[in-house]
Amino acid sequence: MNRVRRLWCACLLAIPLFVQSAEQPPTPLAAATAIRKTTTDHSKLEALQGPFKTGPEVTKACLSCHNTAGHQVMNSIHWQWEATSPTTGKKLGKKWAANNFCGSVLSNEPRCTSCHAGYGWTDKGYDFSNQENVDCLACHDNTGTYKKISTDAGHPLYEPREMPKGSGKIVQPHDLAKIAQHIGKPGRANCGACHFNGGGGDAVKHGDLDTSLIKPPKSLDVHMAKDGADMVCADCHTFNAHQPSGSRYAATAKDKHGFDLPKDDHNRATCESCHGFVPHKEAKINNHTSKVACQTCHIPEFARGGIATKMLWDWSTAGRMGPDGKPLFVKDEHGHLAYSAEKGDFKYGENVRPEYKWYNGVVHQLAITDRIDNQLDQHGILELNRVEGSASDPNARIWPFKVMRGKQPYDTVNNTLVVNHVYGKDDTSFWSNFDYAKSIKAGMDYAGFPYSGQFGFIETRMNWFITHMVAPKDQAVPCQECHTRATDGRLTAITDIYLPGRDTNQLVDLFGGLAIIGAIGGGLLHGIVRLIARRKEKAK
Amino acid sequence: MSERIYIYKRYERFWHWSQALLIIAMMISGFEVHGSYVLLGFKKAVQLHTVAAWALITLWAFTIFWQFTTGEWRQYLPTLKNVMAMVRYYTIGIFSDAPHPFRKTAVQKHNPLQRLAYLALLAFISPLIWGTGIFYLFYGNWARLGLDQTLSLQTVAVLHTLGAYLITAFFFIHVYLTTTGHTIFAHIKAMITGWEDVDGKH
Repeated sequence: MNRVRRLWCACLLAIPLFVQSAEQPPTPLAAATAIRKTTTDHSKLEALQGPFKTGPEVTKACLSCHNTAGHQVMNSIHWQWEATSPTTGKKLGKKWAANNFCGSVLSNEPRCTSCHAGYGWTDKGYDFSNQENVDCLACHDNTGTYKKISTDAGHPLYEPREMPKGSGKIVQPHDLAKIAQHIGKPGRANCGACHFNGGGGDAVKHGDLDTSLIKPPKSLDVHMAKDGADMVCADCHTFNAHQPSGSRYAATAKDKHGFDLPKDDHNRATCESCHGFVPHKEAKINNHTSKVACQTCHIPEFARGGIATKMLWDWSTAGRMGPDGKPLFVKDEHGHLAYSAEKGDFKYGENVRPEYKWYNGVVHQLAITDRIDNQLDQHGILELNRVEGSASDPNARIWPFKVMRGKQPYDTVNNTLVVNHVYGKDDTSFWSNFDYAKSIKAGMDYAGFPYSGQFGFIETRMNWFITHMVAPKDQAVPCQECHTRATDGRLTAITDIYLPGRDTNQLVDLFGGLAIIGAIGGGLLHGIVRLIARRKEKAK
Repeated sequence: MSERIYIYKRYERFWHWSQALLIIAMMISGFEVHGSYVLLGFKKAVQLHTVAAWALITLWAFTIFWQFTTGEWRQYLPTLKNVMAMVRYYTIGIFSDAPHPFRKTAVQKHNPLQRLAYLALLAFISPLIWGTGIFYLFYGNWARLGLDQTLSLQTVAVLHTLGAYLITAFFFIHVYLTTTGHTIFAHIKAMITGWEDVDGKH
């Protein structure tokens, strides 16, 4: 009996020990996943031993095993630069969509196509059916060294070259075999090589995509930070047969599907794909999701990574020469190019509060060939990609945007935007000759679009969805930045919805105010008269 | 000599004061949500308003039960008898220290004017503020309930605000009238202790 009791005591005493050990943090997940998951060591493959002289040679080697990959890529927007909008049916993509940054790919191919997922798109006669020109390495290089040269139509460097010209710095070509042997799933830097540098440089275009996202702190991006979820672009922009999900021509305004389970379509380019429909603990906050996009509260500002994004680009001032007769370049106090003879005036922004608009999934994206005269707003400004939606639209939510302000050349007679031939070492390109009359004529002739020969400059706006750089939840937009009567409230532009804390009914406020004043004043008056009257009574 | 009678029972006093506290909290937070001023911050104001609303609903559930089981609900039955006498007292008599036309008893603790006022509160202002408040609270479920096409947040919110103004006006009149006892704090004291000096100086 006694022994049994002693045993029990020992057991009871041991319990805290077990509890303690259970509380110790589990082995970090990262350590477990460090084990290579892939079943193939590409460095051992005979086909990848090289040497490779060019990118297409590498591609050929890749296709010797991945025999459907080439055609999958060739089906994608990354290759075609052409896509039909699922909502408007319009032919878009970089080939056709108008923008207020660099302009058109046409006549500027070798420069623009440095971001093409292929090799050798030097002019409009490019063969889009040759799978050996697909660039596998741009997306799948895991060494972090592969780089497409900015002016070589998508090719990396094959011979030593002085870059930049006149710097005396000789850049050596890649060891393509080594890169080919170290490929894998695309990381942040792979996608970022183009998407962080859209518009001709780091952070220029999107506002919420720049190189600060390669190794972001958690405060900048909870999803991509090492100490956050450490996710890569393709974790949300899931690929299916090399087709990326998520599109700025038809971003999902309101996800009605929710969690993307294994049985579903493997499209995770919405917050709801992982967070579901009721992501908040507080019901009152979940109530917002029918009218407010997640991004609106969870991305308080864009360009938060310390790299300024372009907010304005005025092409109309381009072409000025300095006192030395050479093209003028002026930097602002932050070291940003404020004026460039090649491109005109720029304005930049960091930590910028987005503009908010209703969006129901339909983007009215203008094509480069569209007539613009019936598209201007009351100020004569052309919105290149108006987003549709209103408070009464059940599919619309309030979304945050970077609104890019631009001023760009257009045909004043035909009322279309124009193709401006900016890049090339010839006597018509703008960046060599600084003469719009010549460069626009050359661009339009090359494109085969009708051109009157008369050009002017038109003010344009472009909406860029703000959907990256999601801040930690404690840095989400506080309620009172929208629910406020202050004139600088975030939603002052959204006037067709009743917003508690901002909107009132003046009649009710007047009546109610008078009722309260009447109640207090009446009581006070009654009380004072009572006091005086009783005092008089007593005095008698 | 004054006669002391036990007029407000323990639960009644608890109900009254906790309701007072909750309504004051709701007034302060509610008008902040309305945008009249910034005090707690919008989020905290909404949270306080919501928690207080649920607490008050719970309190009312118990109180309605209490009213019916004790028969105290009869205190709210309206009567037009002596209403004019009460009006005359508050507009004339009170200034000349005339005797109060109504004698409180444990069975009849509200004067005729009070009965009318409380009935108006129960019949008009309460349904207005609770009805709109509940819809407001469950805004997120409108679509599921098929109400989103018929109800507008604006209508609900504006009516709720109207109710809030009315109840706030009521609150100030109510507080002022507590000072009209035989001493300024006589009624408040009674609501705290339960005992009222019914005869005053008479």
